[in-house]
Amino acid sequence: MLKKLALAATLALAPVSGAFAAGAEGHIENFDFSFEGPFGTFDQAQLQRGLQVYTQVCSACHGMQYVPLRTLSAEDGPGMPEDQVRAYAEQFFEVYDEELEDFRAARPTDHFPANTAAGAPDLSMMAKARAGFHGPYGLGINQFFKGMGGPEYIASLLHGYTGEEKEEAGTILYENTAFPGGWISMAPPLYGDDVEYSDGTEASIEQQSQDVAAFLMWAAEPKLMARKQAGFVGVVFLTVLSVLLYLTNKRLWAPVKARAKD
Amino acid sequence: MSNAEHHEGTRRDFLYYATAGAGAVATGAAVWPLVNQMNPSADVLALSSIRVDVSGVAEGSQITVKWLGKPVFIRRRTPSEIEDARSVDVSDLVDQVARNANLDGSAEATDENRAMDESGEWLVQMGVCTHLGCVPLGNAGDFALDGGVGGWFCPCHGSHYDTSGRIRKGPAPENLPVPPAEFVDETTILLG
Amino acid sequence: MSGIPHDHYEPSSNGEKWLHSRLPIVGLMYDTLMIPTPKNLNWMWIWGIVLAFCLALQIITGIVLVMHYTPHVDLAFASVEHIMRNVNGGAMLRYLHMNGASLFFVAVYAHIFRGLYYGSYKAPREITWIIGMLIYLLMMGTAFMGYVLPWGQMSFWGATVITGLFGAIPFIGESIQTWLLGGPAVDNATLNRFFSLHYLLPFVIAGLVIVHIWAFHTTGNNNPTGVEVRRTSKADAEKDTLPFWPYFVIKDLFALVVILAVFFAVVGFMPNYLGHPDNYIEANPLVTPAHIVPEWYFLPFYAILRAFDGDVWVVIAANFLTGGIVDAKFFGVLAMFGAIVVMALVPWLDTSSVRSGRYRPMFKWWFWLFVVNFFVLMWVGAMPAEGIYPYIALIGSTYWFAYFLVILPLLGVLEKPLPQPDTIEDDFKAHYGKSSTKEGAPAATPAE
Repeated sequence: MLKKLALAATLALAPVSGAFAAGAEGHIENFDFSFEGPFGTFDQAQLQRGLQVYTQVCSACHGMQYVPLRTLSAEDGPGMPEDQVRAYAEQFFEVYDEELEDFRAARPTDHFPANTAAGAPDLSMMAKARAGFHGPYGLGINQFFKGMGGPEYIASLLHGYTGEEKEEAGTILYENTAFPGGWISMAPPLYGDDVEYSDGTEASIEQQSQDVAAFLMWAAEPKLMARKQAGFVGVVFLTVLSVLLYLTNKRLWAPVKARAKD
Repeated sequence: MSNAEHHEGTRRDFLYYATAGAGAVATGAAVWPLVNQMNPSADVLALSSIRVDVSGVAEGSQITVKWLGKPVFIRRRTPSEIEDARSVDVSDLVDQVARNANLDGSAEATDENRAMDESGEWLVQMGVCTHLGCVPLGNAGDFALDGGVGGWFCPCHGSHYDTSGRIRKGPAPENLPVPPAEFVDETTILLG
Repeated sequence: MSGIPHDHYEPSSNGEKWLHSRLPIVGLMYDTLMIPTPKNLNWMWIWGIVLAFCLALQIITGIVLVMHYTPHVDLAFASVEHIMRNVNGGAMLRYLHMNGASLFFVAVYAHIFRGLYYGSYKAPREITWIIGMLIYLLMMGTAFMGYVLPWGQMSFWGATVITGLFGAIPFIGESIQTWLLGGPAVDNATLNRFFSLHYLLPFVIAGLVIVHIWAFHTTGNNNPTGVEVRRTSKADAEKDTLPFWPYFVIKDLFALVVILAVFFAVVGFMPNYLGHPDNYIEANPLVTPAHIVPEWYFLPFYAILRAFDGDVWVVIAANFLTGGIVDAKFFGVLAMFGAIVVMALVPWLDTSSVRSGRYRPMFKWWFWLFVVNFFVLMWVGAMPAEGIYPYIALIGSTYWFAYFLVILPLLGVLEKPLPQPDTIEDDFKAHYGKSSTKEGAPAATPAE
């Protein structure tokens, strides 16, 4: 598969990939997420832990308006039972109902609400809207081996705080080793044990960061597993077809080439 | 390079058929997603079953909710409406089939076979006239009780439905259909 | 269709005769499919089929996506997410369309470089070349407008920057820009017209493709030797050619399927690799992304656009000579469009009497330098315009123009070409005959 990917690279004419943050690059750590690689799959327990972190910590400021709540029960996602999703939606979120002209408890058919109160960006596609890896020389080749680095960026950012802060034009900025430029306006959201995991996993800052990063990757790309499967089937089938066509072509041309010998 | 002209004809044919077959499979596999994308999407399918909170519906009143893009009447009937509906002999009806999606297709059009519960308090039916699809008016028509309670009347072509939503007079051929519905708790009806 | 002598369709049954005397469509299809094709075509002659496939893929997936997309500034971004999350197979269809554009450009660049190396643009194939260039321009317009439709940050700011190029035209630029946008800035009117044109242009391209094929079916295909097929008699022609079906159809299909396997790997395993992460952020007219980059296939021209700043002497000279009408901004725009114009004019700039680069010892070096230069420009186009990058871009842009305007005209005079084979048949036999090949050119491997 690596060979195939390398071939793809050559074919794509030395692909010059996406994001090039201007100025100082943040330091992004490479994690081995379960969903990486051609056969990677989401870890359901991790997605559920990540959802817990999002709900109890992130959602205070960040919305996720493009993600339908019902998809939390997706088999190749967090896989929560439907009644749990309904209870979860009702318990944690309120949405504005245009027919009622009032707010009501969220239902599974609603989306996660938007949240613009603190001016924080929406997290629906955050894991795809950031690329952690660009190099070498802006060629983006290391994305072949490490992935785009969206979830890595999120996880690195969440535990990249140094504890330093400064005030600039009335805003407090916090030093963060992963953030481009080094100073971010988001206060450190995680301090360790911010949530209590029901599966007994220790809720360290690193653990929570990676869990929520994995969850946000799912939120951004809910069809990731189906896509990889379709890609794999497609590649295998097309390879078989190409072998058949190669043999057919060889057989077809054989008499023509044989005649050239006369 | 081996000399190709000495190959058996059948072997050559097999290769050609295999290639053509694989090509046909690939084409078919490419066409299916193009067809399937026109089927209802996940957000539409998610709305094929909705929960309706009926805790606020008082006796003798009804609410209209939208389900699958169509109105559904949910009525909490008074004892006199129930009594009226149950006193009718099935043989007097225009359409003698219950038209209840929760029951067998041949169930008789008794009020017991159309109401949601045994007491007959709740009646859930599609608010679509079986004639040409208009939305009938509630508490109206020749089969409303005195003072205009119960019964439905379709203003388009004058179809009259009784307190059980059965067609009694006018051009409509069938009773108002009862959609799949059940109580999931005391105050919540699951439609679909 | 005139051209190389070959067998034509003869209706045999009465039904066929009836149809043929009224609508000779079977004959047209037969002549198109059975067209005599030089038998020494190598693996660089597959890109036409790949391009035809790409056009079909983009039109089909595009029509399907339109069924779910909403061209409105408030809804476009959300409707794309609706496709990605709710529509059956929608994510796959959208990724196919998105990466299909990249495959389209990979193929078109390979196709153009093939033409440049083997002199496919030379008489009598100038019209084929010019129509090809028109198709290429339309492809760029279509791709650019398509990129605006998801209404992400890079959509919005890409549209702002590129339409700003028209604003650089002296005197009337601003009016043209306003007219293009339908207002003072990129907004709903812009999105709607881009959507309309993005839907229309592929069909214009399809029409031009038919003319492109018609033209080269009249002149006959070029081939790696650049030697023409003998037209003296049908028997002679048959020694140089084979019918397109089945020999080249199967060969091309094989190549197409290999390329599609790679394409599927990209779509399945890293569909966002060639895209920009900022396009997953909804367009915001109040916040500019840190670094605006076009899609990879525009980068060489973007580099040429940015290469000419006010410090370059040609820009200063142009500014002085025109009394300030041509400033650095307008010069950059002229350079970018000029880069494509000189390429379109190559049939008249190349003075060599020899068609194929295979027999042009000096040309080869300059050609491969041109290819390398193309990739270098692509790379600097993606880098920020600071430090050493503008200098590299300037050198690369200069070489681009020098190649067409100086090197190609001079080479025809200075170069002493190698001997060419007399016929295509000789070339074919030289490769597959008993005598081992004398040919050393790397691309000289006809059909396997």
